[in-house]
Order: sequence, then C-alpha cells, then structure tokens
Amino acid sequence: MNFEHTEDRRMLADTLDRFVSEQYGIEKRNHLAYGEQGHGADLYRQFADLGVIGALFPEADGGFGGAGFDVSVVFESLGRGLVAEPLLGALLVGRALVAAGTAGQKESLLAPLIAGETVAALAHDEPGGHYELNRVTTTARRQGEGWVLDGAKGVVLFGDTADWLLVSARTAGEAFDRDGISLFLVPGSAAGLTRRGIGRIDGGRVAEIGLKGVALGADALLGGEGQGAALLETVVGWGLLALSAEAVGAMDVTKQFTLEYLQTRKQFGVPIGSFQALQHRMADLLLEVEQARSAVINAAAAIDGEDRVVRERALSATKYSIGRIGTLVAEESIQMHGGIGMTWELPLAHYAKRLVMIDHQLGDEDHHLARYMALGEAA
Amino acid sequence: MDLQFTPRQQAFRAEVQAFLKDKLPADLSHKVKNGLRLSKADLERWHAILNERGWLANHWPEQYGGPGWGPIEKFIFENECAIAGSPRIVPFGVSMLGPVLIKYGSEEHKNYWLPRILNGSDWWCQGYSEPGAGSDLASVKTTAVRDGDHYVVNGQKTWTTLGQHANMIFCLVRTNREAKAQAGISFLLIDMTSPGVEVRPIITLDGEHEVNEVFFTDVKVPVGNLVGEENKGWTYAKYLLTYERTNIAGVGFSVAALARLKQIAGTVTCNGRPLAQDPLFATRVAKVEIDLENMKTTNLRVIAAVAGGGVPGAESSMLKIRGTEIRQEILSLTRRAMGPYALPFDDEALHAGHEDLAVGPDGAAGAAASYFNHRKLSIFGGSNEIQKNIISKMILGL
Repeated sequence: MNFEHTEDRRMLADTLDRFVSEQYGIEKRNHLAYGEQGHGADLYRQFADLGVIGALFPEADGGFGGAGFDVSVVFESLGRGLVAEPLLGALLVGRALVAAGTAGQKESLLAPLIAGETVAALAHDEPGGHYELNRVTTTARRQGEGWVLDGAKGVVLFGDTADWLLVSARTAGEAFDRDGISLFLVPGSAAGLTRRGIGRIDGGRVAEIGLKGVALGADALLGGEGQGAALLETVVGWGLLALSAEAVGAMDVTKQFTLEYLQTRKQFGVPIGSFQALQHRMADLLLEVEQARSAVINAAAAIDGEDRVVRERALSATKYSIGRIGTLVAEESIQMHGGIGMTWELPLAHYAKRLVMIDHQLGDEDHHLARYMALGEAA
Repeated sequence: MDLQFTPRQQAFRAEVQAFLKDKLPADLSHKVKNGLRLSKADLERWHAILNERGWLANHWPEQYGGPGWGPIEKFIFENECAIAGSPRIVPFGVSMLGPVLIKYGSEEHKNYWLPRILNGSDWWCQGYSEPGAGSDLASVKTTAVRDGDHYVVNGQKTWTTLGQHANMIFCLVRTNREAKAQAGISFLLIDMTSPGVEVRPIITLDGEHEVNEVFFTDVKVPVGNLVGEENKGWTYAKYLLTYERTNIAGVGFSVAALARLKQIAGTVTCNGRPLAQDPLFATRVAKVEIDLENMKTTNLRVIAAVAGGGVPGAESSMLKIRGTEIRQEILSLTRRAMGPYALPFDDEALHAGHEDLAVGPDGAAGAAASYFNHRKLSIFGGSNEIQKNIISKMILGL
C-alpha cells in the first residue's frame, strides 16, 4: 500500500504550483477570468508548454501520462491556483479523440490540442437539460457523404471562443434513448453555427450554441454512428475525476485561508480561533476535506476499470461527495470569515464560488446520488 | 390555544392585501421576485407610496406619524409585503434612527429629523461596524473630540449598507478614551456632505455594490448633532439593536421564496418530468417547508408574547438563527434547481431588469448571485454564532 504520488507527478505538480504562484496571482486571475475572453490565450499556451495538457493523455497519443492519477494531480493543482483556463474542455474532447478517434482525426486535432494551440469544448447540455447524459434532441441527418446538424446547446464552457466543439446529436431514437446518440467534431467557425457568450459567476465563460443546417463532412463523426452514449459516459467520467480533483485543491486553499483567519482575527480581545465553537467547526472541515481527498483517490483508481458498473458507481460516489463537501466548505469558510468573507477583494470568495459551481457541472450531488443508487440496483 | 388571527386582524390583513394589489408597482415586485437589483429611485418610490398611506413608519407612535399598530399588525403587514414581493423598507432612518430619536432625542431633533425621514429628504445609513469591531461592537475606535461648538471626528466605519445613496449617517463614536469599552461611546448624527467624509465601495462576491467603507478625516460635526448625552451612546445603540426584532425571522421572505422555488421546480425538468417530482429534490423542498411551517408558529408565539406585554429578548435570537437558515436553504435549493444554468451570470441583465435576455429557465439570471449574496444573512445583524452565545447566556444561563 502506498498513497504517495510518483516522483514525476510530484514534480509536475510542483512546477505547476510554482508557475501559478509566480504568474497567476489572484488579481491577474480575476482580470482574465471575469474579462471578455474569460481566460488568457497566451497563458493557456504557457500552461500547455509546462506539460499540463500533455499529462492528461497517454504516450501513444502524443501525451506523457493519461492515467487517473495524472489527471487528478494536474487538476488538484489547477484547483489550488483557481485556474480558469479551458483545460477541462481539452481533457474532455481530447479523451474522446483518444478513445474513438481515427488516425486522421487524432493527427489533425489532438496534437494542436495538446500544444495549447486550439481550444475545445464539449457541447452536450441542451436548454431544458438537468445533467442527463442521454437527453439529446439536437439532430444529425445524413446528406451525401456528410452530415447536417440542427438544434441548440446550452452552457458550453468557453463555447464562444472554442476552435472545436464536440457536439452530441441524435442520429436515431427519441430524446432519452441511450441508443442513437452520435458525437460530431464541429469547427467553431462552421456556417450555421451561432454562439452567444456570457460570463460565469465563478469566472470563465459559457455559451449558448445554435445549430441551423450546419453541414459537416463524413470525417466529423467521432466513433460509431449511434454509439455515442458510451463514449460520452467515458468522457464525462474523466471530467468527473478532473472536477473532483480540482475541488480538493480549492478546498485545501479555502481551508488554509480560514485557518489563518481564525488564528489572526481578534474579537473580544482574543483570536476567534480560541473559541471552541469555531474550533470544532474547523475540525469538521478538516475531516470532510480529507474524506473528499479519499473520494478523489477512489475515482482515480477506478477510472480505468473494465467493469462499467463498478467504475461508474465509483465516479458518481466521488462527485456526490465533492458536491456535498465543496458546498459545505464554501459556506462554512465564508461564515467563519464573517463579513470580509463576502467581499470580492478576498480571494476566498472566488474559491468559495468555484467550489459551489463545481456542483453544477456534469451533475450535482443529487444527480450522482441517484445515479449511484440506480447503478447499484442494476448490478 | 388559538392559532387563528382575530376577525379584526383578518380584516386588517385583507386591507393590506388590497393596498398591495392596488399600489405595489408591478415593475418593482417583478424585480424583487426575480432577485434583480433595485435602484435608489426604486426604493424611494416605494417609500413614498407607503408614506402617502401613512404606513411607512409603521411602528412609530401616532403623534409622530405612525399608524398606531401593535406587533401583530406590524407582523401581518411585513409578511404580506414580503409575499407580494414589495421592496423592503430601508430600515436605517425609519426603523433604526427614528425610534432612537423618539425615545432619546431632543424636541428639536424630533421636529427636524423625523418628518425628513418620512418624506425622503434624508437617506440615512448606519455607522456602527468598524474594521476591528464587528461582532465586538463595543470596541469602536472612531473618535469625536470636542472643540468649541463642534466635534472633530476621525476614524473609519465599514459594512455601511447603501451608504452610497446616503446624505446622513448615524455613528457610534468614542468621546472618552479613558473610559472602558461601552462607557465612552456617544451617538452622533453626521452630514455625509461634510468635508473629510469619504465613501468607498465594497464589492461583494456576487459583484454587487451594496456595502461601503466610510472614512472620517477631521470632520466637523455641530455639537447639536449629539443624540442624548455624551458617553451614553451605548444605551441608545443597544436600544436600536433590540428594537422591533419580531420580524427578524423573515418568515414572509421565506414564504415568498418558497413559492418561487416551487414554481421553478414545477417548470424545470429533470429526466423528462418536473424537478418537483424528483424524489431527492422533492425531499429537500419538503424538509425546508416543514421547517418553515414550524418557524411561522415559533415566530407568532414570540409576537403574541410581545403583544401580551412581554419583551422580545433572547427569543429573537432563536428567530434570527433558524429564520436565516431557512431562507438560505430555500435560496440554495433555487440555485440547485437551475442545474447547469446556475453558472452563467449576466450582471447587466440583473441591473437593467432585462433578465429575459438572460439564458436558462426563468429566474436563472439571479439564482446563484442571490444565493451567494444571502450568505450575509447568517453574518450580519449579530452573526448566528453570537446569537447562540446570547441563547446560552440569557435563556440557558450557561
């Protein structure tokens, strides 16, 4: 039994932490994250140069990692730095290419993605959706050799500036059918594609995407026709691991801020950390964060598993835990800071917002609790 | 035991409901219900409407322009206003300073300031908290030094709600540095247009400008602006803090927010059916609804005790703790109901009231921001931790 990361992973995390602390202070972060692009294009390439994106993919596909613990180490560090760059999109679209891409698709898309030259986004959620994996009403129909897409996507991360969108569309069946979903690689500049960008409350951008007669070549289809649901599940699984690890990184920093505040803030002539009521709450916080850390270890260990039910239950268990604990850590940290914890000026507030919003990505606490139970019944 | 309002109280409630139906502008209730930002003009408009009816300063004695209501009428009024989605009454002049002047102010103060509160000539804000004095209010450091016929004030106040709109501020200042904590504090009225007063915004985590820092550098304040006696300010400050806390549970706000949540949960879909039918979500809503039902009765029990001649003391701490927790839980569920649409945040749409331009289900534009903003409920007005200390000491005798 060994819970230490390998030296390579520790070195990558150290490099990344150092880069973030030197190049990505909270003021710069907020300037970029709440700005018009929602992130920094130059900065994104610098992250890629450090190997952040390469670490997410196997060597065979041009990366130098790609295991569950590679992904968790990177995203935990990104969480510590509150990094609002489109790295989740790179992971999701890149893992889809790794899992199902043809040699041609990989060659033309994966290499620039790993180099940080292109930004990619998963465009799956639709208006009216509530995290359902099989809820797809956007349609794709054959036209000659290629395809034509019609429909709408909502809350696509960095969808307004992404070079590539991985769009789920229905080639057969009804809205909630598992069969008949196909995935398409769509250039952001495609004719008939409209996008409306909007800022996110925790920094970064999202977009609503309209698809009206978007004509694509035959090579736009990723994976088998109608077989997209399983691929989507695989890809989202990587996203669940990444978001959960990011949350643990953010929790560690949030917890540290709060601890320091309890040690220094004086009321009634003493540090407020000397009050037992707050000591016990802080102890609970520590306990919960360690539970969250274990949850991420469980997910990273399970993500390459062959047994679908075991793997997916582990991922849902983790995201459920993260949703619950992340919100708790955010709320308790604000409360123990008092009024100052409510201010924009304090980095804590932005970490707290991120922690709560992670519960709104790729399924919240309730979604994953229900999924965990349903998968258990099916087993 | 009788849980019903008397026929007279019921008639009064019907009168309030009719008034709100008739006089509450639709654009204001729309903003309130959807968590959109209210402008200074919005708040002033609502004050003027209430003042015209004589219901603005509804807890003042009749001789000063109050309607002569008891605690139950006041509760009914506040409850109905919240349910109808009316803007809140900005409390600083009407609910805080007014009662202090009525009890401790000179005739000159009353004659000059009270009518100006009612007709909107002055917008008051509260100068209590300081950077080092939040929960520990008695440790104020802002000083006022007597110099002939005026005081010279130096120091800093913080968390000054809507101070950016205010022309007047009532302040706790230290007039005696030798005296211990509470003993050397005075209650001073300061014109914010005086030289040396500077207001700086504090932006909250939801991007809103609601609170401020106020700096005083050698600000001259006429001695006549001292309320009551020098160094007795703590008595007035405490009176202000404990005055009329019967609505501190915010039950009406919770009732309105719960109705809104249920409406949203009935229209947002999850797995092809309304979110309201999702077992986990429905469980959460049911739990908070039951908590709220219990809180309504707890609140009425406290009010009935006050109406019967009792004094709301530590009981208001109970109302504050559970009342704010319930409100926060409802707003948390509203955020949760938005699913992925909690992420997008269009501040401009919130301010301008064009939330129809925003993406997602109705109410999505304000849901996450409102959730984050209302984390303040358990912090301000004496944090919930302080309230628990009060219960431990005053009710339990620990």
